[in-house]
Amino acid sequence: MSATLEVRNLRTHFFTRAGVVKAVDGVSFTVGRGKVMGLVGESGSGKTVTGFSIIGLVDAPGRVVEGEILYQGRNLAKLSEEEMRSLRGNRIAMIFQDPMMTLNPVLRVDTQMIETVLAHEKVSKEEARQRARDALGMVGIPSPDERLKSYPHQFSGGMRQRVAIAIALLHRPELIIADEPTTALDVTIQGQILAEVQKLAANTGTSLIWITHDLSVVAGLADDIAVMYAGRVVEDGPVSEVLDRPLHPYTHGLIGSVPSRNKRGEPLRQIPGMTPSLLKLPAGCAFRARCPRADEACLAEQKLEELLPGRHARCAHPHKDEVPA
Amino acid sequence: MEQPIIELRGITKRFEKKLDFAGKIAKRLGAPIREEIVHAVDGVDLSIRKGEVVGLVGESGCGKSTLGRVVAGIMPPSEGMVLWRGTDVNALTGAAKKEAQLRAQMIFQDPYASLNPRMRVQDIVGEAPLVHGITTRGGFDAYVDEQIRRAGLDPAFKKRYPHQFSGGQRQRIGIARALAVKPEFLVCDEAVAALDVSIQAQILNLFMQLRAELDLTYLFISHDLGVVEHLSDRVVIMYLGRVVEQAPSEEVFARANHPYTASLLASVPRIEARKRAFAVVQGEIPSPLNPPSGCHFHPRCPHATERCKVEVPKLREIAPGHFSACHLNG
Repeated sequence: MSATLEVRNLRTHFFTRAGVVKAVDGVSFTVGRGKVMGLVGESGSGKTVTGFSIIGLVDAPGRVVEGEILYQGRNLAKLSEEEMRSLRGNRIAMIFQDPMMTLNPVLRVDTQMIETVLAHEKVSKEEARQRARDALGMVGIPSPDERLKSYPHQFSGGMRQRVAIAIALLHRPELIIADEPTTALDVTIQGQILAEVQKLAANTGTSLIWITHDLSVVAGLADDIAVMYAGRVVEDGPVSEVLDRPLHPYTHGLIGSVPSRNKRGEPLRQIPGMTPSLLKLPAGCAFRARCPRADEACLAEQKLEELLPGRHARCAHPHKDEVPA
Repeated sequence: MEQPIIELRGITKRFEKKLDFAGKIAKRLGAPIREEIVHAVDGVDLSIRKGEVVGLVGESGCGKSTLGRVVAGIMPPSEGMVLWRGTDVNALTGAAKKEAQLRAQMIFQDPYASLNPRMRVQDIVGEAPLVHGITTRGGFDAYVDEQIRRAGLDPAFKKRYPHQFSGGQRQRIGIARALAVKPEFLVCDEAVAALDVSIQAQILNLFMQLRAELDLTYLFISHDLGVVEHLSDRVVIMYLGRVVEQAPSEEVFARANHPYTASLLASVPRIEARKRAFAVVQGEIPSPLNPPSGCHFHPRCPHATERCKVEVPKLREIAPGHFSACHLNG
């Protein structure tokens, strides 16, 4: 399997007045060609910062302090801003949770889309418009010719997100980083967008990193999954295997707390406590304080190790030989 | 049958945007403009029995929050009656009215916006019981401690301000505040939507534990069908201001009758379903400013007929306890 992107030991830290926040602290994963990789975690787990680090959008006081982001043999973390700009929006695109982060409210959609095309390619304006039109059609926007002339506020939330996805698709990127793109949408609209995305990934061979907190979305969409906790990947592997047989107690607990996994009316299995502050992470396993399996062994630093073929977990006491949650 | 604890009869809530001065002049001169009216809730009947958990489901703009506010007594309906144990709430006066208002409390979605950032936790929780004479100055500390502890927080934190707490803890403060006036009925408006999965489970468990402890009745408003399925005895589904289906929880999830309910269920991602094709409901949610004629769902419905475009379907009982508003049922 040839990989589109390989992230090795990525560390992105924020140097704030209160101290160093290790938002991403040693993250490694691989995204295969044409594959959908689900990056799952709760708020503050560093999943969004990981996405921003890949596409080079980490602002001060944050900085990628260590690690490699390998794309076609080049380390994105070491590229100059100019080189990065020629890739961003061209070979690697991003979709944000809020489409208004992508769209300029005072410009018509066609202006913005044509600008995006011309930023990376020397084509005529007419051809650029044609490309924009096709992209809108591809994401299922009815009457794309008329919609090109609309302003963002004239679209509904779901339609705006489609426009943002269309812009990401303009240059047929090899990798799209999608940061919670359907979280703010209603379920029926979310279903529509997910269906479009699935179709696109299958038809164009684009790889996707799908950042979300919603395990159910990842279950239906992704090929592989990486679960993050407090700035680190605690478990990864093929989606079905990770969800059916989670190794890490955190993944185990997370899956167990999904309401549909519990008997109706019975108390939900819950993970006690809350996510630790990234400013003062305990030494060793960060999940230690909330983990039912923790003991002295967890005080030591844990490594992400291959415990089963193709399955990695960062745990001293993994759920290795057990039936699913 | 036992008298319901709360009963809604023909509740309608309209929001009107009045024309401004220039608009009025333009209209008088013949411009084709008029007041904009949103029918947020349109003729809803609902009764909830003591101890029941009713899940209210719908997508944005369907009026579920507005209905919740009417039930909680925060917002007066434009038309219709809210009956509390058989008495019209709006007909009450004086002390009886005050008491009625305390019996239904509300828990809000956003634990950041629903707490006054300039009040200490003890005042957020203790203000209302003090005003209403449920506790006294002397017993204040002990009373507040008890409320905070019941919501799963450490009373040692009561002198802190809301910004010093995480989202899940703030939601617990909101719960403590609501329960401090000893309500019988709680309206939870997307109370866990803003929380992480692991915290969401903790809060849902707290709701269920409190229900058993205090014999509470819930109206649980959510867009998350998984949460509603887990918690509710009965589910009510709304679309653009109207109730389209209402049935016991198992019944809805096993035998959804209304095409909207069916498509809603099909759109929900489930952790059990791997690499699946996401079922697609056609079209978008129409604007409540200008809802479609007849059955509001007809432009998106795969089974729509001519009749659906003109005639509003009535909510009818199709099986014991199972109501649906669809012309397909004859």
